[in-house]
Amino acid sequence: MKYEIVIGLETHAELLTDSKLWCGCSSRFGEPTNTQTCPICLGMPGVLPVLNEKAFDLAISGALAMQCSINRRTFFERKHYFYPDLPKNYQVSQNHSNLGVNGHIDIPVTGGTKKIGIWNVHLEGDAGKNMHVEYPGANYSLVDLNRAGMPLLEIVSAPDMRSVEEAESFMHTLRSVLLYCGISDCRMQEGSLRFEASVSLNKPGDTGTGGRVEIKNLNSMKAVSACLEYEIKRQSEVLDAGGVVDRETRLWDENGACSRRMRSKEEAHDYRYFPDPDLPVYNIEESRLERISREVPELPVRRRERFISDFGLSEYDASVLTGRRELADYYEKVLSHCNSPKSVANWMMNDVMAALNERKVDITDFVVSAEHLASLVGMAEQSRVTAQAAREVLAEMINTGKSPETLVKEMGAEAISDSGDIMPIIEQAIGEVPEAVADYLGGKKQAIGAILGQVMRLSKGQADPKKAKELLTKKLEEME
Amino acid sequence: MAISEEQTAYVANLARLDLAEEDIRRFAVRLDAVLEYMEKLNELDTGDTEPLVHLSDRENVFRSDQPAESLSRREALENAPEKAEGCFKVPSIIE
Repeated sequence: MKYEIVIGLETHAELLTDSKLWCGCSSRFGEPTNTQTCPICLGMPGVLPVLNEKAFDLAISGALAMQCSINRRTFFERKHYFYPDLPKNYQVSQNHSNLGVNGHIDIPVTGGTKKIGIWNVHLEGDAGKNMHVEYPGANYSLVDLNRAGMPLLEIVSAPDMRSVEEAESFMHTLRSVLLYCGISDCRMQEGSLRFEASVSLNKPGDTGTGGRVEIKNLNSMKAVSACLEYEIKRQSEVLDAGGVVDRETRLWDENGACSRRMRSKEEAHDYRYFPDPDLPVYNIEESRLERISREVPELPVRRRERFISDFGLSEYDASVLTGRRELADYYEKVLSHCNSPKSVANWMMNDVMAALNERKVDITDFVVSAEHLASLVGMAEQSRVTAQAAREVLAEMINTGKSPETLVKEMGAEAISDSGDIMPIIEQAIGEVPEAVADYLGGKKQAIGAILGQVMRLSKGQADPKKAKELLTKKLEEME
Repeated sequence: MAISEEQTAYVANLARLDLAEEDIRRFAVRLDAVLEYMEKLNELDTGDTEPLVHLSDRENVFRSDQPAESLSRREALENAPEKAEGCFKVPSIIE
């Protein structure tokens, strides 16, 4: 049977701060275990946490980017549970006054965009990390508390996704929004972006067929996709066989590529939230909200649409160029010096991207400045260099960092567009491909391509092709 | 009774307390006395009162995002009942 798939995602993004959320311990990744702790993040008695202002502002910026209403009066609550990676035995989080509520993001789907609701966006402290050790004679866990108290933004979506593809589009969009706004570096291999999924299946027209299953431990977008595929298959088999899908929490096992039961609803956690008496109430002043709103950049979906409508780019090119804010910024900077959106896009999509990939360089470290690329594209547009020569010049710009003007001179790459310079080459070419000339004169007009090819070869690609074709046609007409 | 023995056992379980049957009975009675006393507050009409989140009037207390010195690993692990490989060592917690 075909069921309606209902998917919701909870996303945890580590915020881009230099220090932890409630204390001054460094937030750097990859340091030796338990070297970034202090009495506050170790949960010692009698300590006083103090909120990191940067983290607070980044979280507001995230809530704004998801189009949320902002709770102007917000406070933090203790969420109680016992786990060795949580030294305080409670996580400081938000529940009754989430920073942002009722937002949405637009995700690209086949044939347009779809609005995915965001129930809430809130700020909380991360837990530490457990490592399980098991070998004959040993069975214990090790706890590293470097991550305890790192600032996390939790983003809770509405169950608005109806397929694995939509969930993937949501994750990609969310990631690019977080990157665009400088909220998180979203490095999945470092655990900066983690997901929890909920999925249920309904018979068409029925909203309560299957129980909602939550899946934890999803540390990459790939894991989310694999786990959703697995759960959808598992749940439809249960329903097909006339069974009941229990409401429960399952754990994704990356290695076994399967999910297994963690706890049922009956054992669901009762977190006993209450306001954290160690932290005061936060009132978001008008000035703070205005400042942060100004800093929220144009979001990728909007920018992509603008690239398509204003610059006439294809959907694919617009998606690639807006995939990262820095790439889109570079593109627009080139345009500010050379208003040829389509040719600049072509140059970027082909030669620039290839060079970046080949050299494994980021666009922010790209040796060719936007001004230099603009002037090269300009020279090609004005036929001062041929397209072929321009590509060679760009390759040299990437190798040497020199300006296109300098290189065109050094390489003698200037296009030959003077009739007096091109004519002798044309005459030589005509002498070298007599068959093609005979064909042309005999009425096979397409034979001009072969003669023109010879002209380009003889000029080492530097003859201005338009000018050469014009002169060649004239010359051949004279011969007829 | 404001709190039943079942609720007492449930709360004990949430707090990871291992209570014997007779302890549960004993604590249920004592918790009940506390809760009954608190019940008195319900006699007040608080319909128009904003819930109090915090006793202090201070708001917006921040620190700037400046990294500060952390404890050394030795200091951090000093109180750990067991340690290994630079970590806190705890009973196996695989689920």
